[in-house]
Amino acid sequence: MTQVDIAPSQVQGRPVQHLEKNYINHSSGISSWLLTLDHKRIGLMYLVGISVSFFLGGLFALGIRLELFAPGMQFMDAATYNKVFTLHGAVMVFLFIIPGIPAALGNVVLPLMLGAKDVAFPRLNLSSFYLWIAGATFFLYTLFSKQLDTGWTFYTPYSSSYSDTSVISATFGVFLLGFSSIFTGLNFLVTIHKMRPPGMTWHKLPLFLWGMYGTAIMQLLATPVLGITLLLLVMETTLGIGIFDPKKGGDPVLYQHFFWFYSHPAVYIMILPAMAVVSEIIATFSRKHIFGYKMIAYSSVSIALLSFLVWGHHMFVSSESTLATLIFSAITFTIAIPSAIKVFNWLATLYKGSVSLGTPMLYALEFIWLFTIGGLTGLFLGVLSTDVMLHDTYFVVAHFHYVMVGGTLFAFFAGLHYWWPKMTGKMYSETTGRIASVIAFVGFNLAFFPQFIMGSRGMPRRYADYKPDFELYHQLSTVGTLVLGVGIALLTYNLIRSIFSGKKAPANPWGSATIEWECPSPPPHHNFDHPPLATDPYDMERVEWDEEVQGFVPVVGRRAPVAH
Amino acid sequence: MSDDHGHGDKPFLAHHFEDEDHQFDSGKLGIWAFLVTEVLFFSGLFCAYAIYRAMHPEVFTYAARSLDTMLGAINTGVLIFSSLTAAWAVRNAQLGQKKMLVANLAITILCAFGFMGIKYKEYSHKFHLGLYPGNNYAPVEGAFGDHVTKAEEVGFRLEQESDEIEGEHASAELADMNESSEHAGAANEEAHGHGAVKWDDPNMDPETKSQLKVFFGIYYCMTGLHGIHVVIGILLLMWLLTRAIRGHFTPTYYGPIDYAALYWHLVDLIWIYLFPLLYLIN
Repeated sequence: MTQVDIAPSQVQGRPVQHLEKNYINHSSGISSWLLTLDHKRIGLMYLVGISVSFFLGGLFALGIRLELFAPGMQFMDAATYNKVFTLHGAVMVFLFIIPGIPAALGNVVLPLMLGAKDVAFPRLNLSSFYLWIAGATFFLYTLFSKQLDTGWTFYTPYSSSYSDTSVISATFGVFLLGFSSIFTGLNFLVTIHKMRPPGMTWHKLPLFLWGMYGTAIMQLLATPVLGITLLLLVMETTLGIGIFDPKKGGDPVLYQHFFWFYSHPAVYIMILPAMAVVSEIIATFSRKHIFGYKMIAYSSVSIALLSFLVWGHHMFVSSESTLATLIFSAITFTIAIPSAIKVFNWLATLYKGSVSLGTPMLYALEFIWLFTIGGLTGLFLGVLSTDVMLHDTYFVVAHFHYVMVGGTLFAFFAGLHYWWPKMTGKMYSETTGRIASVIAFVGFNLAFFPQFIMGSRGMPRRYADYKPDFELYHQLSTVGTLVLGVGIALLTYNLIRSIFSGKKAPANPWGSATIEWECPSPPPHHNFDHPPLATDPYDMERVEWDEEVQGFVPVVGRRAPVAH
Repeated sequence: MSDDHGHGDKPFLAHHFEDEDHQFDSGKLGIWAFLVTEVLFFSGLFCAYAIYRAMHPEVFTYAARSLDTMLGAINTGVLIFSSLTAAWAVRNAQLGQKKMLVANLAITILCAFGFMGIKYKEYSHKFHLGLYPGNNYAPVEGAFGDHVTKAEEVGFRLEQESDEIEGEHASAELADMNESSEHAGAANEEAHGHGAVKWDDPNMDPETKSQLKVFFGIYYCMTGLHGIHVVIGILLLMWLLTRAIRGHFTPTYYGPIDYAALYWHLVDLIWIYLFPLLYLIN
C-alpha cells in the first residue's frame, strides 16, 4: 500500500494516482475471489453475472424480434414464442435490471463514496451474491427443463393449474433472487446510516446515495411480499391449496394484487438507482453544483414511499371497483411529480454549465430524453379512459421499455462508463464509447418508437402473429433492435479492450467532487487508510485539471468544508 | 479472510468498524430492518387469511374445530416462556454472567424443541385424520371432532333423512339444497341424535365442503412457515450456545445474543397472532 507508481506527481504533493497493490491484485487464486468479503470484488463478480444474464435476455429479445419480422410464423411455433418472450422478460427483470445498478455498480461505489472500508455486513453481502447465483441456477434449470410460458408475471390460475412448464423452479429462483435483493438493500441501508464519514451530514450525502437509500427502503418493504406470494404460488401449484384458485373459492386477482404490491415498487427499484447515477454524472460533466440538491434528494425518498400506493393501476381492467381505480389513478399521477422534479433539476444543472460530452454524459443525456418519453407515456396508461383502450397493447410494451431500457439500461451504461476507470484502473477509448452510445440511442428509438404507434392502433402485446397492417412497424422495430445490438456490442468491445490496452486511469478522471475519486484507481484493498473528511459533494471548484496526471486533483487550500 | 477482519486485541471487532459501539449499533439497525422484512413476509399470509375468511367465514368457523385449542395454548405458553429466557440471556451477556447465559440459552432451545414436538404431534394427528394440505386432503370420518353438535351454527345444511341419499352425486345434493334448508331445524335434532355432524355428511353444502381444504392450506402455510422460523431460531441459538460456552461474549461484545433474542421475540409474536386467528375462532 505504500509503493507508489507515479513518482513525479507524488513528489509535487499531488495525491496518489495508482498503487502497485490494489484490490484486484492484492491476493490471487480463485478462492480469494469466490470467498472474498471485499465489496469491490463482490461488485465485479455481480457485474460479470448480470452481464451474462443481460446477454442471455438479449438473445431472447432477438428471437422475439426476428420472429415478428413478418406476419405469419417464421421459425418458431406459438408455444415456443410464448416461452421466448416470457424468458426474455423474466431474465431481464429478475436477473439483470433489478440487481444491475445496486448490486454491481452500487457494491463497488457505495462504500467508496462514504469513505468507508466496506459495507456494514460484508458476509451478508457475499451471501446475497450467492443467493443471486442460486436464483440464476434455478433459472438455468428452468431453461433446460420445460422452460416457462406464463409471462414474467406468473399470473394465476394459468401458472398454478394449467401451464405445462417449469413454473416451480422459476418461481423458486425468483424467490431466492428476491432475498438476494433484500439483503443488498438491508446492507446499503445500514451502511448509509452508520458508516458515513466525519462531516457527511444527510444534506451532504451524494445524490447517488440518496437514490440507493430510497431503493433500499423499497427492497426491504416490497420484496418480502413477493417472496410470500411466490411461496403461496408454489404451494398452490404443488399442493393445490386453493388460495388463488376460483374453483376452490380462492381469488386469482388476489395474486395480481400481491404480485404488483411488490412489482410496482420494483419498477422504482429499477429506475431510482438509474436516476441516482444520472444525478452524479450530470453535475460532474456540467462542472457545476447540482441544482436543487434537496429537491432531488427528497424526491428519491418520496418516489420510494409513493411507489407503495399505486400498484392497483395494473388491474384497472381486472375486476377492480370503480372507486379503487379512481384512487389508484389519482395517486399514479402524483408520482409523476417527484420524477418531473428530478428532470427539471437536471436540466437546470445543465443550464449555463460548462458541459463536456464524455461517454458517461452522452448516456446520461440520452437517459433524460428517453426517460421523459417513457414517463410521459405512462400518464396515458394512468388515465382510466385511455388505459382501457391501450391496456395489453404494444403501447404498454413501448412505455416500459422506454423506462426500463431507455431509462435504467442507459443509466447503467452511463454509470458503467463513469466508474469504469475507478473499478478497473483503465481508460477506454472515448471516441469508440461515444460512437457506441449514439448507435445504441438511434437503435433504441427505432426499435421502440414504432411500438407506440402500432400499440395505439391496436397491436396486442404477447401475440406471436399479427395482421399485415402492422408489418412496417414491426420491421422498423426489428431493424432498430439489430442496430441497438450493434451499439451494445461495440460498447462491450470498447470496455473489454480497455482492460488489455487502455491507458492507466488517474484517480479522478472526470472532475467529480465526491469521495470515491479521492482514492487511487483502482482502489487499494482497504479503500482509505483514514476516513476522509466529507464536504459538499458538488463543490466542483474544489478540483482542477492537472495536465501531468491527465486527471483532476484537489485545489490547494480548498479542502475545508464549504458552505453553500 | 479472517486476517484482515479483526482488530488484534478485540477478536470480534470487524476491521471496517471504528469500535464495539459502532459495530453493535450497525448490527442492531440491521436486525430491526430485517425484522421489518419478516413482518412484511408474513403479512402476505395474514392478508390471504383475512381475505379468504371474509369471503368464506363459514369455512373457517367449521374447519377450525379440528384444531386442538389446548395444545395450541400450551405452545403459546412455551413460546412466551422461551421469550423470557431469551431476554434474560441478553441481560446475562451484558453482565458477563457466563453460566446463566449458557443456562438461559439452553432453556430457550429446549422450549423451542418442545414447541416443535407439540407441533409435530398436532401435524401427525391431522395427517392421521387425512387432513392434508391441498390436493391430498382426504379427511376420514370424525376428522372434525365429535363435539360438533349445532349444524345451524356452522352454516351448512343437512337433509332430514341423511341415509337415503348417501352415495348420490353432488349435483343432486345441490338441487336439494333449497329444500333441505327448510329442514335445518329437524336436521339439528337429527344431529343431536347421532351425537355429531360428520364432515363427510353427503348433505353438507358441497361448496363449503370443497372449500374446507383451503382452510387447511392456509393453516399449514402459516404454521409451517412459522415452524421453519422456529427451526432457524433453534440453529441460531445452538450456534450462540456453543459460542457462549467458549466464552466469546463479554459486556462489550454481546450483539449476536441481542439480535437473536430480537428475532426470537418476533417468532414468538407471530405465534401470538397465529394462535387466536387459527385456534380461537368462535
